[in-house]
Amino acid sequence: MNNRKGSLSAGLFILAFLIIWEAAARAVNMIFILPPPTGIIEKLWELKGPLLIEHLPVTLSTIIIGLVISILLGVGIAVWMSVSPSAEKAIYPIIISSQMIPIIALAPIFVLWFGYSIWSKVVVTVLITFFPITVNTYDGLRSGSQELKELMLTMGAGKKEIFFKLLVPSALPHFYSGLKVAVTLSVIGAAIGEWLGAQAGLGYFSRRMMTQFDGAAVFAPIVLLSLIGIILFVIVKWIENKSLKWRKSS
Amino acid sequence: MSKCGQEKRKKVLEFQNVTFSYKDKQQTESTPILQRVNTAIYEREFITIIGASGSGKSTLFRLITGLENPDEGHILLNGEAEEHRLGKVGYMPQQDLLLPWRTIQENAALPIELKRVRKEEAYKRVLPLLEEFGLEGMENRFPHELSGGMRQRVSFLRATLSGSNILLLDEPFSALDAITRLSMQEWLMEQWEKQKTTVVFITHDVNEALFLSDRIFVFGEKPIRTLQEVDVPLGRPRSLKDLNQPSLIELKDQLLEQLRGKVMG
Repeated sequence: MNNRKGSLSAGLFILAFLIIWEAAARAVNMIFILPPPTGIIEKLWELKGPLLIEHLPVTLSTIIIGLVISILLGVGIAVWMSVSPSAEKAIYPIIISSQMIPIIALAPIFVLWFGYSIWSKVVVTVLITFFPITVNTYDGLRSGSQELKELMLTMGAGKKEIFFKLLVPSALPHFYSGLKVAVTLSVIGAAIGEWLGAQAGLGYFSRRMMTQFDGAAVFAPIVLLSLIGIILFVIVKWIENKSLKWRKSS
Repeated sequence: MSKCGQEKRKKVLEFQNVTFSYKDKQQTESTPILQRVNTAIYEREFITIIGASGSGKSTLFRLITGLENPDEGHILLNGEAEEHRLGKVGYMPQQDLLLPWRTIQENAALPIELKRVRKEEAYKRVLPLLEEFGLEGMENRFPHELSGGMRQRVSFLRATLSGSNILLLDEPFSALDAITRLSMQEWLMEQWEKQKTTVVFITHDVNEALFLSDRIFVFGEKPIRTLQEVDVPLGRPRSLKDLNQPSLIELKDQLLEQLRGKVMG
């Protein structure tokens, strides 16, 4: 009930925002700078062929490949740090300081290294998404309570059993929080990667339309990018609810 | 009732000259908690340990379970000196400490699972026991869906499934309300008589100690050199009313006096 009320008011808010935007755009009447929402939807329909067939698959595969690499890398590093204190001492500060580097400013170098291939965009995506996954998973692995650990020891559990039966389940909720942040960042990463140099992709298309002063066509792929982000988020949320049933029923 | 038969009964747990102290970071020894302690606990005995907070009761449990090892002396389980005691004694902690992501059945089966028994087999073994412990229909619930008393019963079941003949219960009922607590004490009595195990029980509550145990160990100031023992002059089965006998009231006052002296001193 409460939930439904919440989504209703959110929906009303968005509707009001779109109506104001529409009215403002019509009043300003400069379609190349401020296209009205209806104009964007029209454009989306007009460009559906090239956008969905040519550009969407490219961006989507960048995002998926980037996320898969981030998960493997992030979880791998988190596990390594949690089992080896010396690895933690060596790596953790590097991971934190890696976030101080303005990755967007660094991105052109990846274009130099990997050219216009998909990998330059994947690298940018990985660099901004592996951080929330690593840090959250690591914190999660450390969150397993000392009392539960000792209790399992008194039952004769070994290191491996404590890891799989205590640390991994304690870390899962944290991992999903990290993943939810990562999927939203992955869309940004892929788009930025494409701005810097690409031959296809939603980010690339949006930027190309800017040079042609086609406001509505700049926005159209952005709508699609946002939709990808939302859908990925919903999928992660769904998997989270499925695998953390015990939390849902509380 | 227990005293005359003791000599013939088997020793399940024995401390021989046990000295123990926690080390601080510089590895220098601090004041010992136990100093050359000797004691024995016999088969099917119910022992209660009372003492003020910080008197070393939990330390004793950490030594018995094997989480800590004595600096000197030996701890014998069932007549044998055991260096590695982890996994050999059933332990029920103060909070129920059930794993929140496991169902009741999966929680109870954990100690069997850790003995490398296949999961399905372990779950199957637990199912009839849940019924016996008054938890039928709860097997697929999660811990947070159960009441405090029920969670403690799951925790107790889990401790018994360690397969050991020694059960250590660390203030298991301290978080329960007074009424639940009374019914859990009676329930524990029944279970203990059925299970034929030896129980060592920590509590703050003198009434609880008198109602449940054959012998009471009073923990005084540190370091503990000898365990002060008190025999409870009650037969079995007992009821709560038995605690109103004049001799028991006297004993209770005496115990309280002893504990209070410790706190003041």
